[in-house]
Amino acid sequence: MSGVAAYRGHFGSVQAERLLWRAGFGPRANEADELAKLGLDDAVHSLVYPGREKFVGPQPHDDKGRPLAPYDAWGQDHIWWLDRMVRTSRPLVERMTLVWHDWFATSNQGVGSQRLMINQNDLFREHGLGSFHELLNRVTEDPAMLLWLNGTDNSRYSPNENYGREMMELFTLGAGRGYTELDVRQNARALTGFRNDWKPNVGDVNFRFDTKYHDPGTKTIFHKTGKFTWKDSCRLCVTHPDHPSFFVQKLWSYFVPTAPDAATARSLQQLYVQGKYEIRPVVSAILRHPALYEGPRMVKSPVLYTAGLLRRLGRPIDTTAWTWLDSMAGQQLFYPPNVGGWDDTRWLDTATWRGRWWIAQYALDPYALDPGKAKQPDDAQKLVHDAIGFWREPPLGVRTLNALQTFTRNAVADAKGQKWKQQQYPPMIQNGLRHLIAVSPEFQAA
Amino acid sequence: MSDDCLHCNGLSRSRLLHKAIAEAGRGLPAIEPGMPMPAGTGLSRRRFLAHGLGAALAVYGASRLGLSAFEEGIAAAASGAPQKVLVSVFLEGGADGMSVLSPQGDPLYKKLRPTLALSGGTPLAEDGRLFWHPATSGIAQLYGEHKVTVMPAIGYTHPDQSHFTSRHYWEVGATSTQLNTGWLGRYLDAVGTLDNPLQGVSFDDSLAPTLATAKVPVAAITAPDQYDFGSNRVWGEVEERMLEAFGLFGGQATDPALHTAGNVAVQVDRLRRQLLPFRSADGTSGIQSPVTYPKSSDPFPSKLAGLAAMLAANLPMRVVALSAPGEYDTHSNEPGALAQGLQLTSDSLLAFQRDLEARGIADRVLVHVWSEFGRRAQENGSAGTDHGAAGTGFLIGTRVKGQMIGEFPGLQSGLDDDGNLVETADFRAVYAALLEQWLGVDAGRVIPGASAFQRPGLIA
Repeated sequence: MSGVAAYRGHFGSVQAERLLWRAGFGPRANEADELAKLGLDDAVHSLVYPGREKFVGPQPHDDKGRPLAPYDAWGQDHIWWLDRMVRTSRPLVERMTLVWHDWFATSNQGVGSQRLMINQNDLFREHGLGSFHELLNRVTEDPAMLLWLNGTDNSRYSPNENYGREMMELFTLGAGRGYTELDVRQNARALTGFRNDWKPNVGDVNFRFDTKYHDPGTKTIFHKTGKFTWKDSCRLCVTHPDHPSFFVQKLWSYFVPTAPDAATARSLQQLYVQGKYEIRPVVSAILRHPALYEGPRMVKSPVLYTAGLLRRLGRPIDTTAWTWLDSMAGQQLFYPPNVGGWDDTRWLDTATWRGRWWIAQYALDPYALDPGKAKQPDDAQKLVHDAIGFWREPPLGVRTLNALQTFTRNAVADAKGQKWKQQQYPPMIQNGLRHLIAVSPEFQAA
Repeated sequence: MSDDCLHCNGLSRSRLLHKAIAEAGRGLPAIEPGMPMPAGTGLSRRRFLAHGLGAALAVYGASRLGLSAFEEGIAAAASGAPQKVLVSVFLEGGADGMSVLSPQGDPLYKKLRPTLALSGGTPLAEDGRLFWHPATSGIAQLYGEHKVTVMPAIGYTHPDQSHFTSRHYWEVGATSTQLNTGWLGRYLDAVGTLDNPLQGVSFDDSLAPTLATAKVPVAAITAPDQYDFGSNRVWGEVEERMLEAFGLFGGQATDPALHTAGNVAVQVDRLRRQLLPFRSADGTSGIQSPVTYPKSSDPFPSKLAGLAAMLAANLPMRVVALSAPGEYDTHSNEPGALAQGLQLTSDSLLAFQRDLEARGIADRVLVHVWSEFGRRAQENGSAGTDHGAAGTGFLIGTRVKGQMIGEFPGLQSGLDDDGNLVETADFRAVYAALLEQWLGVDAGRVIPGASAFQRPGLIA
């Protein structure tokens, strides 16, 4: 087959759960068990070929029960996408959309239109598992990208090299790999010709290619000479000999935290080139690779953390608070920090951890027991056991268990001798335990 | 394996996208504790140290030492003679030097900048061809007082026009992608102590790569007073018990991600406890500045106000890093964006200087303003400029010589084959001079190949 190593160990619900975290947004109630029954190959196949979208669960709404207004209301673009992550029947498609949002990181900060951003998002969704060459073509003429990296400012009369440079440095080749400053400039010339108008009260409209603004002259890019246009730019970058290694290593890094070994990287590159730059076979091979199942965990991104909690709880989108909460944790969708995307190596620090604390608090809010009414056992062991059961028995390490038990023992002891405390503390402890589990290291990484 | 991927020539995601940050921060624990602005009102310095900064530090590296050791270290260091302090201010994005100091006296300027060319303003006393951008009036004013050294074309040979790469070079103090400690971090590794994280402070949400150390602890502090935690229907004693518990998540874990998550929880716990005294119910600031800082929604001026107060309290700081406000990657519509950022930066730095002077501590503080590159001499068609090479930098303080380092090379013969300004001073030479003449350490211990660079005289 592909020549890429495949995992041949036991594929149980633990492995299936890891797959669901890496290729999606974590399992719903019994999803990991169901997926495990398929076995590795069929499980991956079901993710890579998911069929039509069939959303699961109730429609999203804002805090007042109104439908979302993702094009217009501030922050509801974030909520709109988060809802898809929570309700999708095609988790890998949504996950790949997130990958491309980070890869071709475009921020509404520079675009100024939630509609154009969501259109770009749909582009990622539609082409996310197809041909990278086609994806690059689409991105290159995408209005949000044209605004973000000055594509419509780039004309024959005076080229703007912003997109031409990042196209090579960040999107296809990597910094300083296989191109020169001259290539950047010539590439910018090839990319000239996109235009758009600006209408008061409407914004940027009428995106088009106008040959009058295109530089029709001869360009030399990567030692090749011709009257290149933007499509040639895309083709030259994708067929550049340094592109497959860049593509494979970068794509891999979204799924596995350690770099692929040389043989794996080589086989994946072959798969990519022989498959004519199709994304799906490479993703499929990565999802079956032993490194995904046997290697270390990855820290979840804030959005993955949030969507994962909601999926596990079976809670639909019923508040817009997730926008500012995820922003506090370091990831507001449609607003990556710069064209390089988010830094996946540094999600956790004392500020962003606090953001996750409040995400967990909000996620658990509807489930909180009323200390005045709820009955809970006053036995520490039982309380901890029940809280772990609430989260469907996640495996927790000794330190986390010790933290939970210490809290519970101390709080149960505090209640001794006072009747109201003996009634009210156990439900409070149960609430606290559920929250602590949700912020435990085991919940922060998958 | 994960270690290798950051150093190999293949491009891991972190290497590629955030090379500067990721590499400079490698080997250090994830970002730690946050910040107390000196809520120093009514607190004695000793108490300020015990309950304030020492307590609330973001501690990087050397984390085997407990916090009490840090507090003692800070107290010990603070009882010594006040140190010289270097404040690094980064204009992120590649500031357009040819607008900051516009070469209006160069005959080619208007040809290269038909729409962007500035006209009029204050000429630079040392070179009548150059004029201060109106938004930098604050710095120009200090220049008139001989408190500013101008570097009109600072850079390095074989300039790299990638934001990520060039910035990394400036951060590590070498044109190398392999170094993973900042140049000021290595200075601290050379002269710092294992128990004083305040020696290097990043006033940001995360550690500035310039300060990344291999051995000694450094800190990051952001905004002060809102480090609160709560839960649903858990209160009183039970809430206290609950909040006490998450510090137990930490400890040596075999899985690196679990290890990080546990360690950050421990740091959060430490920070939360230490910041409790700073969470005032009425939310008032403890900083009283003798001067007025610019009003802005950007925290830059208030960070500088806090820094001045901390320095006045004789806290043992040696190097400090901040990011300047503003957008400097001006590929389009440059005039407005640039002016806005420059104005707030320059006005804030003027206020900071006046603050230090009013507090009588100006002689021990020097500010270094830098950007990863300048911009192309020829404007593009979008009323903007693309990535260039040499740019403009400043040294600000009462002790600077106020004598230009390098000269403006002129647009006739001073552009390279790509149409970018050629450098007349190397940033590593300036680093070496700062280390030796201001911070008092042999630059050979910090800057690779330091002996090759001719040191300019910086200090009066």
